[in-house]
Amino acid sequence: MTTLKRILKTGFLNFKRNGWLSAATVMVMVLSLFVLGNLIFLSAFASTILAEFGSKIDVSVYFASDAPEENIFAVKKDLESHPDVAQVQYVSRDEALQVFRARHKDEELIGQALEELGENPLQASLNIRAKNPAQYAAISEFLSGKKYPVIDKINYFENKLVIERLSTILNSVRGGGSVLVLVLSIIAILVSVNTIRMAIYTMREEIGIMRLVGAARWFIRGPFLVSGVLYGASAAILTVLIFFPLVWLISPRLILLMPSFDLFQYFLMNLLEFSAILFGTGILIGVFSSFLAVRKYLDI
Amino acid sequence: MLSESRAGETSGFQNHVAEIKKRAMIFFDNVSKFYNHNSVALKDVTLKINPKEFVSVVGSSGAGKTTFLKLLIREEEPSRGKIIFDGAEVGELDRRRLHLLRRRIGTIFQDYKLLSSKTAYENVAFAMEASGKSDEEIDEDVPQSLEIVGLKDKMHNFPHQLSGGEKQRVAIARAIVNRPDVILADEPTGNLDPINTWEIIKLLQKINELGTTVVLASHDKEVINMIGKRVVVLDKGMVVSDKENGKYLV
Repeated sequence: MTTLKRILKTGFLNFKRNGWLSAATVMVMVLSLFVLGNLIFLSAFASTILAEFGSKIDVSVYFASDAPEENIFAVKKDLESHPDVAQVQYVSRDEALQVFRARHKDEELIGQALEELGENPLQASLNIRAKNPAQYAAISEFLSGKKYPVIDKINYFENKLVIERLSTILNSVRGGGSVLVLVLSIIAILVSVNTIRMAIYTMREEIGIMRLVGAARWFIRGPFLVSGVLYGASAAILTVLIFFPLVWLISPRLILLMPSFDLFQYFLMNLLEFSAILFGTGILIGVFSSFLAVRKYLDI
Repeated sequence: MLSESRAGETSGFQNHVAEIKKRAMIFFDNVSKFYNHNSVALKDVTLKINPKEFVSVVGSSGAGKTTFLKLLIREEEPSRGKIIFDGAEVGELDRRRLHLLRRRIGTIFQDYKLLSSKTAYENVAFAMEASGKSDEEIDEDVPQSLEIVGLKDKMHNFPHQLSGGEKQRVAIARAIVNRPDVILADEPTGNLDPINTWEIIKLLQKINELGTTVVLASHDKEVINMIGKRVVVLDKGMVVSDKENGKYLV
């Protein structure tokens, strides 16, 4: 008990007395955690954009004008049981006409043509949204393979090139983003680890002296681990405090660019999780690197 | 029959050796230390130091004095031979339990080796904290041992606020505060002026008179001759002379 108290006290005292060294170490860790925090925002932002783009892609199946509704619903049911399909929406001939009319309500010529035609020229359709744009090919194959007599055409085969291209772009952005996030995180962590190792390097003689004076290894190591926790925790607190005004300033500008992503709202909603990640990472880095660095100088 | 009586003789002799080792505070049994093929630090040193003795180990620099002390607290491992401290072999201790040995040996270094981020008081207290003494004991013993070395009024100074002689006195206070069996002093006056040198030597003598074994390594002729106790002379790693009331002539 006394020993634990002494270790804690020494850890705090060292953190305070080596003021400049501690401040420098904490600053470097703040930079690292700041990069990590930005990476979190970036991936949230990117996945919103990607999801939005993804949702813009769909495939429609058009049915023959005389196709009975129950046959169409049978196809819809089949589609819904397909594992790659996220959503299927039925658009009847009347609805299609309404949408068409609404879209062209200012163009008199089209209205006139429709009147002259007398009957509804539009087809009923199913709008299919896949879980992943890459799956449209499989879904379309599935449909054409079943050879439903009521299906007139599937527009995937007309838009194939565009869909495939978009899907490749989305995938490479996702993949490249993950690699970027990984590399930057590793760099940020390595910088912190090495800063702490340098800080402890300056204490190597003291560590040796403590050993020669008869201190047990864990009695020497303990305070360094406590300081490590303090480095990580104070860096995390500072980083969260820096993010608050920054996010608040940037958020309105970002909304102009990307209306579906409110950064400040996202930050507030995930504040607890966000802080927990920064604290966890900071403290883990602090303790882990202190442990490694001290071990090297204890063997006397 | 013959072989039996020989065996009896041998075991009698071994008992005798064991007895000597047991009574000795420190026993070097044919110890050698080579740093590499060309550099011999100690060669076949056999030496016995009794409890409460004051022994000066002298020799020019490079004669092996520091190695001798480093082997004793196992800052270095011997290449050959055994070192026995108070009946136990130093080399057999688990490295993780070395601090238990070092708590029984107070060490004083030429470069003081104080913790620069701690005050004089805290430096002395550290040795006690490390050995798990209670806060009450620390509150009592630290000022006392700083008083013995005459530094009570500067106990809240940091090492950089102290002179060389004062730093060495803090180191002595730290070495004695745990009431060790042995004090090792490695050129403790090497960086000090004559007046401070005498103060430090007088302190070591006083500690010895209170019952602690003192081993002093030095190349300072005047200091050694003034003390007038046992002198062991090392030359090129070998013991060339070992005399009570010895003098350091060369």
